[in-house]
Order: sequence, then C-alpha cells, then structure tokens
Amino acid sequence: MIRLSIQARQALAKLTLPVLIVASFGVMLLGKADALLAERARIALADSLAPIYAVVAEPLGRISTAVADAAGLWGIREENARLMEENEQLRRWQSIALALDAENQRLRASLHWIPDPAASFVTARVVADAGGVYAKAVLLAVGPNHRVRKGEIALDERGLVGRVTEVGSRTARVLLITDLNSRIPVILENSRARAIMVGTNGPRPRLMFWPEGVVPQEGERVVTSAEANAFPANLPIGTVHHTASGVPEVQPAAMLNRLEIVRIFDYGLAGITPPEPEQRLTAAHH
Amino acid sequence: MARTDQTPGIRPRPTIGRRLDVISRHAFPASTTVLVMLLTEMPTGIRGQATLLPAVTLACVWFWSVFRPTAMSPPVVFLIGLLLDLLGYQPLGVGVFILLVAHAVALRCRYWLAPRGFALLWAVFAAVSVVDAALTWLLTVLLTWRLIAPAPVVFQAALTAALYPAIAIPLARAHRSIADPERA
Repeated sequence: MIRLSIQARQALAKLTLPVLIVASFGVMLLGKADALLAERARIALADSLAPIYAVVAEPLGRISTAVADAAGLWGIREENARLMEENEQLRRWQSIALALDAENQRLRASLHWIPDPAASFVTARVVADAGGVYAKAVLLAVGPNHRVRKGEIALDERGLVGRVTEVGSRTARVLLITDLNSRIPVILENSRARAIMVGTNGPRPRLMFWPEGVVPQEGERVVTSAEANAFPANLPIGTVHHTASGVPEVQPAAMLNRLEIVRIFDYGLAGITPPEPEQRLTAAHH
Repeated sequence: MARTDQTPGIRPRPTIGRRLDVISRHAFPASTTVLVMLLTEMPTGIRGQATLLPAVTLACVWFWSVFRPTAMSPPVVFLIGLLLDLLGYQPLGVGVFILLVAHAVALRCRYWLAPRGFALLWAVFAAVSVVDAALTWLLTVLLTWRLIAPAPVVFQAALTAALYPAIAIPLARAHRSIADPERA
C-alpha cells in the first residue's frame, strides 16, 4: 500500500463523496446514452437471481394461497351462492357458444375460409416483480434452452398481459399493459372503432384516440387490433370503465396484480420490434 | 488493520479466525443491506411491493451512515445505489445519486443527531425520505422525459418513513453486538 501523509489521506477522504456524486451524474448520462448497457446488466442480474426466486416462489405461493384460503373461509356461504348463480348463467352461455361455434364451422366450410395459423406458445412461471416504483413488469423463468424472443405476446388464462421486452439466457421480462410505456392498438368490440390503449402505471390503462362520433360504452369489450402488425386481432384485453370524471379506461381481464403463470405466444409478428442490430436506435421506446 | 498501529495496548493474536471475524463485522452493514434488498424482490405478491426496495435500501444506508460511516463508505453507497437502480428498474444513476445525498446528510449531522435519541433521528429520516422520493420522481421524469403522476412520491415517502423503526431496531441491536468490530 502506498504511504500517504495524514493530510493527504484526509483530503482524499473528503474528496470521495463529491467525486462520487459527480460520478452518479456520469452514470445517468451513460444510462441515457447507451440504453442497451443497462438492459444487459439488468437481465444478467435477473438471470443470476432467477433460480433463487424460482426456488422460493413455490413455498411463498403456498403461504399466500393458505392465507387467501383462510380469509376465504369467512365468506364461503355467500361465495357459494354467488358461484351457483354464476354457474347457471355460464351454462346458458355455454349452450349459446356451442351453437354459435357449430354455425361458424358450417359457414367457414361453405366459404372456404382460410383459417388463421395456430400460434405456438410456451408456458412460464412468474418468478418476480420486474417493475419498480415507476415501471410495471414481471420476470419469467423460461429455462436455459428457451426460444422466447423479444416482442412475443404474454397472456394469462383471462386476457392480454403484455409483451416480452427483454430476454436473457433463462429469464424474460414482460412489460405489462399497465406500464407507462405501453401503447396498444385496440378495437372496441361493439362499435368496431379503433383506439389506442395507453398505460398509466395505474391499475387501469386509459383509452385514447377513438374516432369522432363513437363513445366507448361502459362495459364494452376491448380486444387487440392487428394494426401495426404488433398483435394478432381479437385477443381479449378487458372491458371499458368510465372514471368518475368520465375518462374511459380499460379494466384488464388478466389478473395483473397476481400473475403466477403466463403463456407466451409466438405469432411471428415483428411489427414493432426492430431486428437486433438496429436496437440501439429504438431501445428507448418499447 | 489500520487500527493496530495507531492504538497501543495488548490485544489477542491476529489468527485467521479472528481476522475473518473482524472482516465479517466490517462487512456486516453492506452485506446485510444487499441481502435485505434481494429479499424485498422475492415473489410474495404483496401489493406495492416495488416500493419496498427503495424504502429498505434508504433506511439501511441511512442507519449505517449515521452510526458506522467507516463501514458504509461513499464507494459502498455508490455500489448499493447501482444495485438499487438495476433491481428497481429505475433510470441508471438515480438511486446512486439519492443514496449519496442521504449519505452526505447523515455524515453532516451524525454528531449532532446520534446522541439525541431515536425520535429525532426518525423525524430527520422522514424529511430525508420525502426529499429522496421527490428527487427520484424528478430525475425519473427528466431522464425518461415523460410526465409521470406524482402520486407514488407520497406513498414512497410515507412507506419509507413508516418502515424505518422495523429496520433500525434490529440493526441497532446488531450494531451493538454481532456487527461491532471492537468485540471481535
């Protein structure tokens, strides 16, 4: 070790903090100049932590299920009555759906309709919240030899969850539809009007840019639009809900605050995601 | 150890076990901070879990900066801030900056604060957490160049201030026992 005089050592010790504060601004500029660097560092960190999270996810999930079960015991009678009623309704809908499906098959057969190609999918476990105070995303454990790619679409059993934005060797990050950076072309199902669904970091994304003369109806279903070639058409997203001040929002069908397992679909669409070498230019706007 | 040639007196022989003991006591603040940060990222499914990470990180850094700044030195704070940015998906550098600011404030008033009891320390920490939450918001807005609703600032500041006793009481115990290098 180099021997320094006491004065020099004290002066150096006093300088460290200001120098590091200046360096923190340097880090900000670096993160701004090279967005890919931060992304790589993050996904490398997530890759190394994901096995640990995956191990603890199961016991933790069991604990939270047990807690939810214990809480559910309170309202079990009312819940049962509600479910029986709902079951009756669903049975009616099932018969309608079966009849419509049969009719649809007949019509397609007589029209020589070209069916949409079936999309391949993989199922992955959500191992951690990959968001922050100002971001909404989840981290998936996808296994070491996965074929998940950027831009693929994540759904849970009820509806659209988000898109894969970063892929590591054994993890993938899915940006949720509620994230501030999320913009999704949608169709209002009743009026077939197009709109954009904009994430706000809140629980319900906002609807914007619907055509003049159309008013999003309360409870109207919202599905994806194939415009911009980023999504296939007609994936369920949620229903329209007006806030107290009359702003139309979308109540997501997917259970975004307790995702456990999602399916990642490869529709072979590359509308938004640029090919890898051009990433630098567009990494900032997903 | 630097301390050895500065203070005269009789002390135990520096065996490997004893050296490891001293080193682990010196490393205790930084390593527990990192461990607690990783624990907050566990998939527990609690609502608002994302806010836990900056809250506990600030509490740990503040505590050790007040009571043991030799073990929570500026370079250590810098690295913890970098980890905070990476784990918390903030723009890089934001966590580094706010933690260094909190560290600087703690260094400034530690001699004045430490003997005045827990309540005052907590009150000053609450003020620091408000400033830090506001700075995080401001820097995030500037760096992403998009106006974000400022509601999370209030939640983050309140959670950070409210969690402080839960972090500080076990840390204070550890500070006097297992993390004390004098007891090695």
